[in-house]
Amino acid sequence: MRTEFLTIYWRDMKKFFRIKAMLFTSLVQPALWLAIYGLSMSTNLDLITPGIPGQLGVASVNYLTFMAAGVISMTILFTCLYSGISLQFDKYYGLMKEMVASPLPRSHILIGISLSGVTKSLIQAVIIIVFGLVLGVRFFEGFTVWSTLLSLLGVLVFIVLFAMGLLFLSVVISMRIESHEGLQGIITLLSLPLFFASNALYPIDSLPLAIKAISYVNPLSYFINGLRYFSLGSNFYSFGTYYTYSAYDMLLSLTFLLGFAIVMYLLALRTIKKAKIV
Amino acid sequence: MENPVISVEGLSYKYGKVTAVDNISFSVEKGQVFSFLGPNGAGKTTTINILTTLMPIQNGKVTIAGFDLEKQQDSVRKSIGIVFQRQTLDWNLSVWETLEFHGRLYSIPKNDRRKRIDDLINLVELEEKRNEFVKNLSGGMKRRLEIARGLLTRPKVLFLDEPTIGLDPYTRMKIGHYIREVNGEGVTVFLTTHYMDEADHLSDEICIIDRGRIIANGTSDSLKDSLGMDMIYLETDDGEKTTRLVKDMKEVTAVRPSSRGLVVSLNDEGPRFMPKLVERIRSEKIEIKSVNLKKPTLDDVFIHFTGRGLREEEQEKKKTGNGGGEH
Repeated sequence: MRTEFLTIYWRDMKKFFRIKAMLFTSLVQPALWLAIYGLSMSTNLDLITPGIPGQLGVASVNYLTFMAAGVISMTILFTCLYSGISLQFDKYYGLMKEMVASPLPRSHILIGISLSGVTKSLIQAVIIIVFGLVLGVRFFEGFTVWSTLLSLLGVLVFIVLFAMGLLFLSVVISMRIESHEGLQGIITLLSLPLFFASNALYPIDSLPLAIKAISYVNPLSYFINGLRYFSLGSNFYSFGTYYTYSAYDMLLSLTFLLGFAIVMYLLALRTIKKAKIV
Repeated sequence: MENPVISVEGLSYKYGKVTAVDNISFSVEKGQVFSFLGPNGAGKTTTINILTTLMPIQNGKVTIAGFDLEKQQDSVRKSIGIVFQRQTLDWNLSVWETLEFHGRLYSIPKNDRRKRIDDLINLVELEEKRNEFVKNLSGGMKRRLEIARGLLTRPKVLFLDEPTIGLDPYTRMKIGHYIREVNGEGVTVFLTTHYMDEADHLSDEICIIDRGRIIANGTSDSLKDSLGMDMIYLETDDGEKTTRLVKDMKEVTAVRPSSRGLVVSLNDEGPRFMPKLVERIRSEKIEIKSVNLKKPTLDDVFIHFTGRGLREEEQEKKKTGNGGGEH
């Protein structure tokens, strides 16, 4: 098997750890979200809805715990979408030229950078989970050691698929847009509906129809379903809404994310093969 | 005779309706230093981009190191090294890491790769900067690093696109020295430049290209000889009359106006002919203001074939503000 994609991965990770400002912000920002927005919102919300009793025998989950999955998804969303910007820099400053002039297959460029995107996402998710547990996020409550491990594995699979899909999407955009400013704008524009038209911060059942429709085709929603299933269980009550996840729901979420990643990979491969890099 | 390392037949390239390369053909023999000389925008970089697989072939047939450029792209890629016109370095990697990254891209086995990297760092005299980040290197050092990188894969052909552009004279000289050293080891070098002295000193063969076409090619000497042997720059108080007078002399092959007087091309040796020329002009009561003997340069060759100078072109571009990157 050819392993040149590891070279691309090697360089990308070096850059991640070497550019200190990038490393610092990408690790601290998610923690700040959880600490500032999460704590502020949850103290307020828990005041308004003090222990509205759920159905009998269903765990009631506080807001901080509910939105922690949202913060993880948002962090991965931004990390992966903004990777396109660094790719565009490579294209602009010529490094991409070195890669495409070499015998390295184009697919290895994609796999290499997506692996580094996944690695960064996993590091960030771990930080949020650990920091969240310190702040009072009640993940894996009532889980046995065995089922916690299994759940972590589930979380891992969902993060890998979600991060890859987003990264390939980011490649598709960044290879087609020539200006840095334009790319910044488009990524910001895209991340707004992706984040807010989803179940990241609130339940989608009561959302306006149009926004609800977007949330149904939004990979973020499916990713969060998976995260909540694995971290909170198949049956819980939060934010005035009763959540149940069946095995069928999980299969649907997994399939949707897998499909998203595959379609984006094929689009990205096509884009990078056609891109004129001179 | 061995097949040429590069053979190009009828190569053309158009950007939309604009023709950048217009039906050019040439071949490069193994072990040569071959130069593409021409002003900015002549089509040099477009040609190099096609030959290095960065741009598709629209028209024509090219083989490099025995491989068909269109059908055997990866084999071509493995046979060549490239130093691009614009810098292509990651500023956050060290000198050593830059080479390591490149070697891994080409799957050079580890032991071999590490040894070659050490050798090349020595060749381009960057031993002391081995672990320095690229962003802390001077412009000349970055260029040397890129040359080392181009050589890492032991290419059969090394493409250098304006390797000395924007560098100081000392570094330019150094780079010329590396090019000769590498060529001495049998690597064929394909060079583009708009510095005529560089083309002159380094090349075995020169191709003068202008507006997408090859207008002359040959060795530096044969190109200069094609202008006649020597040239005399002449300034008198009556240019027209002098022209008529001198044109009829049997040693003179051509007379054309220059910025301050006339340029007379000869088929005889200049020092021998000069007294005769002066005498002839004086006999007609024309006053000579200055006279200067000159061996032809490639610049003269370029002027001869295009009617304009390499440098004029550059200044013209600077004035109109489009002297930037090439196509």
